[in-house]
Amino acid sequence: MSKSSQKQFWNNAQYRALFFQILLVAMLVGFFWFIGRNTLANLENRGISTGFGFLSLKAGFGILQSLIPFDESYSFGRTFWVGLLNTLLVSGLGIIFATIIGFTAGVARLSNNWLISKLAGVYVEMFRNIPLLLQIFFWYFAVLRTLPAPKQSWVAGDVAFLNIRGLYLPQPLFGDNFCFVGWALALAIVVTLLIRRWAKKRQDDTGKQFKMFRVGFVLIVGLPLLVFFAIGAPLTWDIPKLQGFNFRGGMTIIPELTALLVALSVYTGTFIAEVVRSGILSVNSGQTEAASALGLHKAKVLKLIVIPQAMRVIIPQLTSQYLNLVKNSSLATAIGYPDLVAVFAGTTLNQTGQAIEIIAMTMSVYLVISLTISGIMNWYNKKIMLVER
Amino acid sequence: MKKITWALVATVVTLVISVGFAQASTKDEVQKRGTFQCGVSTGLPGFSIADEKGNWSGIDVDVCKAIAAATLGDATKIKYVPLNAKERFTALQSGEIDALVRGTTWTLTRDSSLGLNFTGVNYYDGQGFLISKKIGVKSALELDGAAVCIQSGTTSELNLADYFKANNMTYKAVVFDTHDATAKAFDNGRCDVLTSDQSQLYGLRTHLSKPEDAIVLPEVISKEPLGPLVRQGDDAWFNIVKWTLNAMIEAEELGVTQANVDEMKANSKNPGIRRLLGLEGIAGKGLGLNDDWAYQIIKQVGNYGEIFDRNVGAGSALKIDRGLNALWSKGGIMYAPPVR
Repeated sequence: MSKSSQKQFWNNAQYRALFFQILLVAMLVGFFWFIGRNTLANLENRGISTGFGFLSLKAGFGILQSLIPFDESYSFGRTFWVGLLNTLLVSGLGIIFATIIGFTAGVARLSNNWLISKLAGVYVEMFRNIPLLLQIFFWYFAVLRTLPAPKQSWVAGDVAFLNIRGLYLPQPLFGDNFCFVGWALALAIVVTLLIRRWAKKRQDDTGKQFKMFRVGFVLIVGLPLLVFFAIGAPLTWDIPKLQGFNFRGGMTIIPELTALLVALSVYTGTFIAEVVRSGILSVNSGQTEAASALGLHKAKVLKLIVIPQAMRVIIPQLTSQYLNLVKNSSLATAIGYPDLVAVFAGTTLNQTGQAIEIIAMTMSVYLVISLTISGIMNWYNKKIMLVER
Repeated sequence: MKKITWALVATVVTLVISVGFAQASTKDEVQKRGTFQCGVSTGLPGFSIADEKGNWSGIDVDVCKAIAAATLGDATKIKYVPLNAKERFTALQSGEIDALVRGTTWTLTRDSSLGLNFTGVNYYDGQGFLISKKIGVKSALELDGAAVCIQSGTTSELNLADYFKANNMTYKAVVFDTHDATAKAFDNGRCDVLTSDQSQLYGLRTHLSKPEDAIVLPEVISKEPLGPLVRQGDDAWFNIVKWTLNAMIEAEELGVTQANVDEMKANSKNPGIRRLLGLEGIAGKGLGLNDDWAYQIIKQVGNYGEIFDRNVGAGSALKIDRGLNALWSKGGIMYAPPVR
């Protein structure tokens, strides 16, 4: 290459790369601007309302379950939050239950006990291979319909009632000073964590073990209880009563939530069971044998040697399962559980007719939830990754 | 779920892609295509429901057939697109269907902010309550605290809230996305009452395991004028759909039926009938249709009284009274502007 051509800036690889990058970005921005402008123009031409002004209009319809105060006089914007919280509730509980079921079934499937491992195998193969929507229908329309009518409710101690309309429980009504109990609980947890740190350090230094579980239990349960009685037990219960058609007062766990939760947990649990099994099998058997040779008993081998190594394989796949569960929770609309899709992308969309805005908001919400979950899981994954030296 | 997603994707894609606003006229498109795409319900006895062979019937379906007869001269050239309450408007906005005839209540919001127009009313309805006889309730005013099954995306959800609020009562709404799921949940005892338009209640009742155990309460808590819709901005097509319905009502008033229309066409001296059948007056010119457009409707589908009788009235399983839907001259409010 001659010296003169090197001087020309358009022959400089770095400038060229930069030029094409800028060109690409400009084209993308132009493309989206074009789409956006076109959409707005078309909506306007067809006389379809646009904008987010509808969010402040009065909704005028009722929602079965709401974690925040809601009635017909609240706005469409409020229905968004009600739906979102209901989605988060069923997803959060679903993740917890699916994880418990999945880990239990995954470990059980590797058990040496023939019956236990076969039972776990049957569970996984059966529920993994039936479409989720059918399972939701099964729990809702087939299983829960066997519950009695309100007047023939199953009663537990005259305070809890179970019927086809839901599980009615007494609701705690907190008195004025109840916050002290909360503070006591927080304090107990902090102290327990400090003691645990000290105990671990002592064990590392001297090899002496400390009965951490007992101390922690006494602290976390005992201290708040002590405070609770010391300030005169400021807690009363609102007990549900059958009045007219239904029970009133107390808390209600609606059957739609139960059916959806059971279906989601049982379905996702099967996949988690397989993930856990593959994780455990990925740990070299030499590790287990070495641990046994050191004289560790079975539970310790699992807890100290196998699980920590298996987690590295489990976590990335577990993340996908959690994401699936959250997205699958939108099937709620089929059985009338008021989640985000049923309430906001359903009723609200239909009452306002503003499909583009509402669908965009709903999609962004799922995106944000999913990205948050994968963010947390990736952080955790990094933490437990093999530290290479 | 899948369907709504596609309908939404279709809307968004159309709205995004169609540069400028050069929309072909729906009438030309239908005639070029040779089939009329009609949006109907996913299955509501008396209004639009498909039998096991896939043949559609119902009062809404007959309106679809009448539009096809007027536009294409053949009432069988229809593609039915079953839609649930949530999908219906998007399907029409996106052009997936040419007209929506799906028991849709005419309201200000829908007429003014969806980019759609109502062309008339083919059934005057009102919202009511279906309840099990065993409960012993005689009036909707005794429903305080009841659990209510309801279909999502309907005006019923709003009327219900208004009614309970106005009467100082509380309720729990259990909302499903199809008629079927709503009826099933009511059947299972998930709710005390099912609410919907009264005409639908009679239809849904036939789906229950013991239809005779349920009664419809006397209260009608709302006005529900149900009618066909078309896209806004296509006045020629709007006129065709509007006058199709008017012609059927006019035919009933003039006593022209499917059975006697040929004879009337040949012999009638009544100027009103001769105008309706395209023998005198403006005939089909204003609408851009053949002169015998109304004759085809009556010959192939029938007049309004006939389709009412056959689908929801005395000649059907539902046995609903004409009531408000009788002609204006017979105590109802069905009234068509003169065909002249």
